[in-house]
Amino acid sequence: MPSFVTSRLFWIGALTVIVALVLPTYVSGYVLGLLTVAYYTAVFAMSWDLLFGFAGEVNFGPTFLIGVGAYTAGILDAHFSPGLSIWLCIAAGALAAVVGGVVLALPALRVSGPYFGLTTLVAVLMLQNFIVVAAGLTGGEIGLAVPDVISIDAKTNYWIALGFMLVSGAILFGLSRSAIGLILQASGQDKIQAGALGFNVTKHKLAAFVVSAFFSGLAGALMVFYMGTASVSTFVDVGVGVQIIIAAVLGGRRTVIGAAIGAIFLIGMGELLRPLGELATLIVSVIALVVILFFPDGFLGIIRGGAKA
Amino acid sequence: MSETMSGAPMLEVSGLTKRFGGLVAVKNLSFSIRPGEILGLIGPNGSGKSTAMKSVMGVERPTAGSVKLDGVELAGLPSHRIARMGVGLVFQHSRPLARQTVLENIKVALLPDKLTRLFADKDVDARARAIAERVGLGGVIDRRPPTLAFADLRRLELAKAVARSPKLVLVDEPFAGLTASEVADFSDLIREFRDDGRAVLLVDHNVKSVSALVDRVLAMYLGERIAEGKASEVMQDETVRRVYLGGALVSTARPEASFKDVTPALQVDKVGVLYGKAQALQDVSLHVHEGEFVSVVGLNGAGKTTLFNAISGLVPYSGDVKWAGRSLAGGTAAAIARAGIVQCPETRELFGDMSVRENLELGGNALSDAERAERLEWLFGLFPILRTRQPQLARTLSGGEQQMLAIARALMMKPKLLILDEPTLGLAPVILETLSKALDRLRETTKITVLLGEQNVTFALPHADRVYVLDHAKIVWEGPPDRFEAEAAATYL
Repeated sequence: MPSFVTSRLFWIGALTVIVALVLPTYVSGYVLGLLTVAYYTAVFAMSWDLLFGFAGEVNFGPTFLIGVGAYTAGILDAHFSPGLSIWLCIAAGALAAVVGGVVLALPALRVSGPYFGLTTLVAVLMLQNFIVVAAGLTGGEIGLAVPDVISIDAKTNYWIALGFMLVSGAILFGLSRSAIGLILQASGQDKIQAGALGFNVTKHKLAAFVVSAFFSGLAGALMVFYMGTASVSTFVDVGVGVQIIIAAVLGGRRTVIGAAIGAIFLIGMGELLRPLGELATLIVSVIALVVILFFPDGFLGIIRGGAKA
Repeated sequence: MSETMSGAPMLEVSGLTKRFGGLVAVKNLSFSIRPGEILGLIGPNGSGKSTAMKSVMGVERPTAGSVKLDGVELAGLPSHRIARMGVGLVFQHSRPLARQTVLENIKVALLPDKLTRLFADKDVDARARAIAERVGLGGVIDRRPPTLAFADLRRLELAKAVARSPKLVLVDEPFAGLTASEVADFSDLIREFRDDGRAVLLVDHNVKSVSALVDRVLAMYLGERIAEGKASEVMQDETVRRVYLGGALVSTARPEASFKDVTPALQVDKVGVLYGKAQALQDVSLHVHEGEFVSVVGLNGAGKTTLFNAISGLVPYSGDVKWAGRSLAGGTAAAIARAGIVQCPETRELFGDMSVRENLELGGNALSDAERAERLEWLFGLFPILRTRQPQLARTLSGGEQQMLAIARALMMKPKLLILDEPTLGLAPVILETLSKALDRLRETTKITVLLGEQNVTFALPHADRVYVLDHAKIVWEGPPDRFEAEAAATYL
């Protein structure tokens, strides 16, 4: 699609990547650490956008998939290290999240809209409760310390996170623009008509759940081995899920790339305003609210300006 | 009609039944369509024609019966399988992809149902362009659906449905919302399907709208077939005429000259309403005298509700509406209601979780206690059943009781003009009689002015002093009820 909109998107993307590539030369390890987390969060938000923006499934619990991936990887490492390579743990985490995605998709085939949204929320609460109750296995409320990390070098971690975000972003974006992305969008808009056009809506939606879960789980598992711990408050809490949703909406729904921009913005702003203490959260929330109220197409919508859908 | 018509049927539906809980929407329906034949499936609102169509497509799963396409059983299959076996449905309303162009929207319909194919075949683009050209979308191929004219949106639906070259094409209300010249264009496109040797099923409200196009018509009422044959035969059919026009009429109409007001109380002057791109009302003029009972009859989608909403100030319109000589244009809905115009909408809008009594008292909110009590007493006289139902929650009432409550609540507001929008919608015949008696008493015992919108002529005519026929957004006939069958039946059947 060589249209104006796409080219704008392309330039924004390219500029962001260039800035990200030269950044390690100029900024401190602390900032790199922050961006590492932001990049993983960006993958969370992009995965969510695929499910909601394209397949039209209101998933209020993105942290269910992330949490399953993160905790599976973390628990395996905590129990079998050093016998088990962390890369195997990460793969297992991604796989577990895919299984979680299929489980989550089951209610989506029966109920839709707000009702499905509610089941995803319940899924998060159930996972959270399970982690707290099974403290022996999961570390409970205190969190799970994993013996291994990918690297202790801030730059290495930064490059891994950046590379991971770029590859995931390219795949998710490509998928959203492919034939499958179109069918997904058609199914999300009008399920009955998509069926009457000969598309197996169930199959396509299930695929969207699987892909979204895979990247969510993979990102969650990678982040565990960056942080060295897994805790409910960073991976599972409903509040974290809300942040991810806000990031995706703030950046621009149904764009994939917007979700990444939104996530980096949210985490960056949170940090910039940190000296203000509790006020920081409030200011970021107000900005998010204003953007959502007045620019429902998010940052990318603002940048695209006149090129409205 | 072509020679292929003599061949074996392509679609054979037999004993089709669809039940929703206790409601039997389609009852033991059988019909067939040959290749190169157009069958019109007609029936008033709620007759089950849409359910029958959806059951063929697999959108609804038939409760019983068989649907065979070229001898292969379709009943019970999911719609995507049925679509791939050669059935296409042209939706009346759909939600096209707003961010993709017309071309891309058509391309979607050409994509394979496979997860392994990330990119469409190379010929998809050329095929999509050819389809766009064929249905007349060639000029708008790079536009996005929200910028399209209404007729072009319908063309897009047609394009998507034919993209997979279905053997059997189902078309839901082919001409709804289209202008005369657009209707001609669409008729040509549908004739092309027939000339290609496809079987076509047109679903519509009445025979007239599809008579020029169809080879055969099947009329449905309350889920069952009531007549089948050539369009002209079905229009002459006794049962069809009774369903659409009602039986012998005992008119009690008062002549217009008997109303003493020189300037009618309500004057609707050249009112037009646009819904996005669809013309919902065009140049509608009518008047109602003080104390007169006027019925506006028209099929579903003719524009009755839109007309009433315009009078009540709920939709913006062009032209003018005058009440007691004063223009209502620009007035808020609340101000118009305070001026004495109260609408009882077809959706009833009762407060479901409040009791019958509470609903009524809310209606009489503006009255003094004594006045309210007196009014309640009068309404319980009019609708005795409501007296016994006072403590019951409104949503637990039967459909007929809910309708009576809705009318009673509107009357609590002491309207000067009562607008009743389709009060018979979804009600059983026995309830209609009760409702009918209540309206009779209302007419005989009060000076209230009533504007009634109905598609059920049997119900609308006996009460009316004067009748307007609304068809495709326009008033096409005006006169006393006893001349309706002779003069207006042809536009209505």
